[in-house]
Amino acid sequence: MKSNMEKELRLMKGNEAIAEAAIRAGTDAYFGYPITPQSEVLEYLTSEKPHERTGMVVLQAESEVAAINMVYGGAGCGKKVMTSSSSPGISLKQEGISYIAGAELPCLVINVVRGGPGLGTIQPSQSDYFQATKGGGHGDYKLIVLAPASVQEMADFVELAFDLAFKYRNPAMILSDGAIGQMMEKVWLKPQKERSKESPSWATTGKTPDRERNIITSLDLDPNRQEQFNIKLQKKYHEIQEKEVRYEKFQCDDAEYLLVAYGTSSRVSQKAIQMARDEGIKVGLLRPITLFPFPKKEINELANQVKGILSVEMSAGQMVEDVRLAVNGKVPVEHFGRMGGIVPTAEEVVENLKTKIIGG
Amino acid sequence: MTDNINIQDIVKTENLVHKKSSVMTENTMHYCPGCGHGTTHQIVAEVIEEMGIQQDTIGITPVGCSVLMYNYLDIDMQEAAHGRAPALATAIKRLLPEKFVFTYQGDGDLAAIGTAETIHSCNRGENILIIFINNGIYGMTGGQMAPTTIEGMKSSTTPYGRDVKLMGNPLKMTDIVATLPGTYYVTRQSVHKPGNVRKTKKAIRKAFEYQKLNKGTCFIEIVSNCPSGWKMTPVESNEWMEQNMFPFYPLGDFKVPEE
Repeated sequence: MKSNMEKELRLMKGNEAIAEAAIRAGTDAYFGYPITPQSEVLEYLTSEKPHERTGMVVLQAESEVAAINMVYGGAGCGKKVMTSSSSPGISLKQEGISYIAGAELPCLVINVVRGGPGLGTIQPSQSDYFQATKGGGHGDYKLIVLAPASVQEMADFVELAFDLAFKYRNPAMILSDGAIGQMMEKVWLKPQKERSKESPSWATTGKTPDRERNIITSLDLDPNRQEQFNIKLQKKYHEIQEKEVRYEKFQCDDAEYLLVAYGTSSRVSQKAIQMARDEGIKVGLLRPITLFPFPKKEINELANQVKGILSVEMSAGQMVEDVRLAVNGKVPVEHFGRMGGIVPTAEEVVENLKTKIIGG
Repeated sequence: MTDNINIQDIVKTENLVHKKSSVMTENTMHYCPGCGHGTTHQIVAEVIEEMGIQQDTIGITPVGCSVLMYNYLDIDMQEAAHGRAPALATAIKRLLPEKFVFTYQGDGDLAAIGTAETIHSCNRGENILIIFINNGIYGMTGGQMAPTTIEGMKSSTTPYGRDVKLMGNPLKMTDIVATLPGTYYVTRQSVHKPGNVRKTKKAIRKAFEYQKLNKGTCFIEIVSNCPSGWKMTPVESNEWMEQNMFPFYPLGDFKVPEE
């Protein structure tokens, strides 16, 4: 076995990159349940014997519900714990995610999205945007949502998501899709990090005489205190919105039109921009990397420069609502998307840019 | 009624039958008079105190009347979603294997909504203790039928008594988990009489001792009462429990390690 003490270049599937990056990030535990198109995460982890490599706990749970509640328990101990699933499984996890948000615990949830609703399809989709960015479960809460567009980002965002989750004591989600999960690309893996031996002061690790007992709960029956807690949560989300927006601009400097797209759609959009520019259409791309917090300010500023914006998504039009809110009527904002597991082509994006935004 | 009772008249040395455990907090319990939760909390605390494992014990509370158990035990605790306590316990124990981990769950929590977590934690042989309070009713939500409500028993959703043809049969979870290879010690006890309290306390102590030896899942059912939910006085409820619950849920050991 390699030492893993140095960074390393490998050809990997997105799902495998997540798993290897998780081990190298010093993750304490992974709990999961098989579902296409992300089963490689659990398969890779079990094949790597992480208990021997780092002492990481890996357990196949009896359901997605059990898996997220294992995450809840482990997170309450102050450990770096994660789970991954795909759309129907993420729906099952929503109750647990709400509890984790309500108990203010850090954890990582990965959604390798497939088309829905229901059992839908196993092909890639972006139709879980609302669920990921607007809460998903019950109550007023938000996840920190990162949207990778490459296998490299699948790997890199594991550590970033954990850092943000611990910084804000808030669950983080990597919102990927079946295309990025399944495709192979070269990926630089970071050197192995040691698992932390420290525990946060709030963690349930056994009450020592020098401190009060630690209680992990999302319950407060007193509505006044519960409201104060909710106000505190909202302040946290506001702070995240102020400080943690991440995005990438592509050919925006001279752009007269703008595409907004994340993940797989952003890759298709880049190709579409090249094709459109070959025809003399000056179009750029803003790729949100964080979906919550959403790059509102940046899109609003670009709306001063461009004549129209097309939101490209593999959905019926979900992120477009946030783009419209950001633009606030300054310029027309339209949506183009394919659904049900279909990835749009660059030609279709150019065509829709012309018909829906440029006009005529 | 309470206006007529002066607590100082009751709390006198000659009236005290046992000392409050140092692992109990000063918080006043919210449980109804005559409810078995208070006694069970006390003996769990006593065992933790006597074994000197307060620093090493992590408990998981359920959804139900005992959700607030963390207000009464002076140990680190986590509050689970309904039925999911064994999932939390699984992760906590695997991440902190040197700690003592127990769940405290009611019948709706453990035997209805949490059936999968219960069965699979026991089947994996998670090295945890599951304390299962069976009072045949959903106490907190106002006395609805539980998976353990016995045939003919009245509840707010079986106002004419449980008709098993219509509502299905009561579930004997302890019998089921005793058949699983992952369980090490499975017993059914009660806390309605001093002798039974002593037996149950002994069972909890044994279970924690087995956990120290990594023996697998220990499962203790405590058949208990719910005077408010059953609409009885505490004494009536205990008599009713003896006459009606115990024949269907007989007390005793289901799985005892070979010494």
